[in-house]
Amino acid sequence: MINHHPPLELLQDYAAGALTEGLALCIAAHVSLCRECAAQVGRLEAVGGALLEQIPPVEVGDDLLATVLARLDEPAAPVTAAGRFDDETRTVVPEPLRRYLGRSLRDLPWQAVGRMFHEFQLPLASRGMKVSLMRLRAGSEMPQHSHCGNEYAVVLAGGYRDADDIFGPGDFMAKGPADKHQPVVDADGDCICLVVLDAPLKFTGLAGLLVNPFLRF
Amino acid sequence: MELIAVGPAQTRPGVQMHAATKGLRPYRAHAVGSLTNEQLCQLVSAIAVQRDRQAFAALFRYFAPRLKGFGLRRGVEAAAAEELVQETMLTVWRKADMFDPARATVSTWIFTIVRNKRIDMFRREGFPDADLEEAAETQSDDRPADDHLCAAEAGMAVRTAMKTLPTEQLEILQKAFFEEKSHQAIADETKLPLGTVKSRIRLALARLRAALPEGHA
Repeated sequence: MINHHPPLELLQDYAAGALTEGLALCIAAHVSLCRECAAQVGRLEAVGGALLEQIPPVEVGDDLLATVLARLDEPAAPVTAAGRFDDETRTVVPEPLRRYLGRSLRDLPWQAVGRMFHEFQLPLASRGMKVSLMRLRAGSEMPQHSHCGNEYAVVLAGGYRDADDIFGPGDFMAKGPADKHQPVVDADGDCICLVVLDAPLKFTGLAGLLVNPFLRF
Repeated sequence: MELIAVGPAQTRPGVQMHAATKGLRPYRAHAVGSLTNEQLCQLVSAIAVQRDRQAFAALFRYFAPRLKGFGLRRGVEAAAAEELVQETMLTVWRKADMFDPARATVSTWIFTIVRNKRIDMFRREGFPDADLEEAAETQSDDRPADDHLCAAEAGMAVRTAMKTLPTEQLEILQKAFFEEKSHQAIADETKLPLGTVKSRIRLALARLRAALPEGHA
């Protein structure tokens, strides 16, 4: 049961194609797991379609149709194989995100960050954002931290508790610069999240002093 | 409501499109030259099943000038806008068999193609496109799984309702969908407070949603 959804603004920015790739990926991952938000995005895309149909037409060059007709038999660019994935990855990682991984979760070059989590930074073209998969160790308490910018996350497997909120697979989280939080990972298994940061994290507590030097941005 | 005509004068190569489109008031639907969704579906089906080039040409004549208008609204040169038209229409040809008339109207489908192409061409980023259909089907909660059916019907209702939107709401939706602007970017550009941008978009979407047939809202 998914309880935490992106706000309408983010769904609409996603449908309009106005989000940077990292954040769009977060929304795509949530939308792939959440039927309500998928339906909402479908409606928003219908708004895009209706607007497109009503846009004032602008004449195209006389030969444009001929040019396109001549190109119809061109072979399409080969679709790059998304990679082969094991069952765990196919179950846990929604399709739009899988394409960015290229291999199964267990084969990713995870980097240990302190003792509480492993991280794999996704290769993304857009700059100024860090997009990672994080594997948080079962039962660990993350140091309390705040953010210089915004943090967005989608839980893919396992879960955590943050104050009174419980997060499980599919749940979406957004935190702004003013928010401090301290997730406590469920004891019964690791928690895998997709995390997008548009500025570095700042760990605020004492334990943070130990982790901060390990955080690359 | 006055129609804003965009004449051929603005499509000459070298004309600064930014300047040409700046200051235009939002337009209203052009009644002339409009095809019903049913007619458009028949064209796409003829392309998918018979690889019918005449059907493709008819679809091109209808959408190419709209797609060019869409490209220009982002502020690119006419040549780049025509390149976008080409790439979009080639994808329509190649993926016609993937179009499902129960899921979306033809304009909504083509909007998602041009949105993704635009990001690909002008931002050199990918668009993580969520498979809305898959999301609708893989959910295991207790709601019936048919709420995505006849999404096309919903798309047509949106199209009709769009005509009743107040100008300020229509304008802001056009900015969002045509100019690839996030809520924040629109607020920065229009110097409206972010809250005002949010509420105008929310009001517009609520109004469109109210027009949806039962089961879609």
